[in-house]
Amino acid sequence: MSSTGHSSSSLPAMIKRSLIATVIAFLLFLPTLGIKTSASGGVDGLFLTYRWMLLGVGCGLIFVGRMAYELFWAPKDGEQKSIKAPSSLARALGSSKVAKTVGPVLLVFAIAFPFLPFSDRYILDLGILIITYVMLGWGLQIVVGLAGLLDLGYVAFYAVGAYSYALLSIHFGFGFWMCLPLAGLLAATWGIVLGFPVLRLRGDYLAIVTLAFGEIIRVVLLNWRSFTGGSNGLSDIPRPSFFGIPFNQSEHGFAATFGLEYSSMQRIVFLYFLILALAVFTFFVTARLRRLPIGRAWEALREDEIACRSLGVNTVNTKLSAFAIGAMFGGFAGSFFAAKQAFVSPESFNFMESATILAIVVLGGMSSQLGVVFSAIVMVGGVELLRQLQFLKSVFGNDFDPSQLRLLLFGLAMVLMMLWRPRGLVSTRMPTVFLKDKKTVSAAMISQGRG
Amino acid sequence: MNYFIQQFINGLTLGSIYGLIAIGYTMVYGIIGMINFAHGDVFMVGAFVSLITVIVFGITGTSSIALGIGALILVAAISMVIAGVYGWTIERLAYRPLRGSFRLAPLITAIGVSIFLQNFVQATQGARVKPLNAIISGGFTILEGNDFVVRITYMQILIVILTVVLMSGFTYLISKTSLGRAQRACEQDMKMAMLLGIDVNTTISTTFVIGAALASVAGLMYLLYYGVIDFYIGFSAGIKAFTAAVLGGVGSLPGAMLGGMVIGLIEVFFAAYFSSEYKDVAAFSMLIVVLIFMPQGLLGRPEIEKV
Repeated sequence: MSSTGHSSSSLPAMIKRSLIATVIAFLLFLPTLGIKTSASGGVDGLFLTYRWMLLGVGCGLIFVGRMAYELFWAPKDGEQKSIKAPSSLARALGSSKVAKTVGPVLLVFAIAFPFLPFSDRYILDLGILIITYVMLGWGLQIVVGLAGLLDLGYVAFYAVGAYSYALLSIHFGFGFWMCLPLAGLLAATWGIVLGFPVLRLRGDYLAIVTLAFGEIIRVVLLNWRSFTGGSNGLSDIPRPSFFGIPFNQSEHGFAATFGLEYSSMQRIVFLYFLILALAVFTFFVTARLRRLPIGRAWEALREDEIACRSLGVNTVNTKLSAFAIGAMFGGFAGSFFAAKQAFVSPESFNFMESATILAIVVLGGMSSQLGVVFSAIVMVGGVELLRQLQFLKSVFGNDFDPSQLRLLLFGLAMVLMMLWRPRGLVSTRMPTVFLKDKKTVSAAMISQGRG
Repeated sequence: MNYFIQQFINGLTLGSIYGLIAIGYTMVYGIIGMINFAHGDVFMVGAFVSLITVIVFGITGTSSIALGIGALILVAAISMVIAGVYGWTIERLAYRPLRGSFRLAPLITAIGVSIFLQNFVQATQGARVKPLNAIISGGFTILEGNDFVVRITYMQILIVILTVVLMSGFTYLISKTSLGRAQRACEQDMKMAMLLGIDVNTTISTTFVIGAALASVAGLMYLLYYGVIDFYIGFSAGIKAFTAAVLGGVGSLPGAMLGGMVIGLIEVFFAAYFSSEYKDVAAFSMLIVVLIFMPQGLLGRPEIEKV
């Protein structure tokens, strides 16, 4: 696999390379898979379990995998690695014609989704989750994809939105519709507060500072017990009502008012349409903003900050507006999250969330709104599929916990997908501004994320 | 005053650990200009490998100090080798294929590797914290005031001495050997270095191996100093070490060490005088303040923005 090591594709050479990979895997796995430390509660604290079987299986898998790679996928002798043109699918999704048809089809499907025969409670919850991430992805896309400001602390605004709703509704009895704009406003304010000091930073430095901001907010939420409830979080958050009509079995409830039979599904369906409406709102606002001068300033900023400044674009306002508007949508989504869960705690807003949202945006192709939808379905839906790994318990015994494997595979998928498609699923895009005719630009031509 | 001195000693010890991790960040950032997000988790893996090696050898605190130190050096060597293999593998599989690709791609894979390593260790070693009895205990009193006794433990002395030894060895490596020359050449101009016959891939791989090995020593120190580790220690230690690297000036080795000391001291003093719950906030705020007011760091060169 080394860059010079393709000199021979004869079988002995392949076996030799596979054996080297196996030896490396043995070293990697020996202290992790092979030997386990467990707390015994005895005097010395820890004892060891040797799992030679597991170690052997792990190394064997690596050998087989490497052999398969050598035989089927590795570039053969004399084969030049060519720069791949975007696949037809990616090109099609990037072009505006296809996007114009795929988008509405998806929207119609999303609207019809709760009424489809297979939509039970579980499927609908998954739908809500995916759309929440689509919305967060669109919000973060303004900051990362359009303005090119790499933000690793986006979850902070999600948290601000969630806690705004929770605190306002618990202490002041505000309803959901009153809290929603307030939460957006508060999150946007935080976006400006956090954005202001980092105006001068670029690229990776910006990333690490936003990450630090995200962590600071989480630590404060965790420790300011009198205000946020600390690690216990806030519970008993009022659930949203249908324009004042609650979803319960009372006389004034939703079912009674509309002469329907009471069902707990009604609330879920309502929540589904609520988040769908919020997401569609996000989509249209973003799509319109891209055509406004501010959106063009964002894209100009992403392409070249110095050129942008010398052309008279106010970079301060441009950056701050990207932070504020991105944060606002995060706040909306957060307040929906609090309303849906009726419970918020700092644990929901850890770095994993930021990483997931960023991965959705990057995998979606940075500036393609349709791409975000697909990558959210792949990432969130895929992780959810992994929940079905319970059957592995019958293979590995009851000590085996598949939920840990879920995140492990999530990390692995993140790596593999980036290796497979470094520029995202939809890696072409239309320039928003054009001179004579529209040309689809391969994302390979665009320098992105230079902050 | 005595309390202050005691905290100062504790801060220097913690700072040594951060400094060793920070070297890995600063070297990698210097050469290929990426934040190796998984570096903190390599540190965590190093701590786990050390823990397992210690138990496999049955090293306990009852043996004499000289014997204990000898055994620990053996443990450090083994854990450096295995962590080095981890560093090499991560670079080879997750970063090298994306070199020359667009800049966010390796950052995303680095986050993916970080998530993978955390959950890999959690799945294979369990989520519960791992306690370890002190191997080198004892120490001596250096100041005896009427209200507070300042003590320095043998462990703290060992950590600081080991750090100094590793640092001097490492500085020699960078400034005098051909490998160090190749590294500095790659840092200045990778394309030109390649034209002059330097094997850039090997140099970058070696950088990752060295960084991972130093991080694993830091992991061993962390294990011995705190006596308890879990699969999540890499995250916050990683961010703090990165802060240290930035504070010292990215690309500068003495800077990484100095930055580590400063961050260690800030964390310890903040915990001692204000609030231990918010000590992470103090360290992260420090990062923000430094980046805003002193983006080139304490010992770094200012970056000139070119069109």
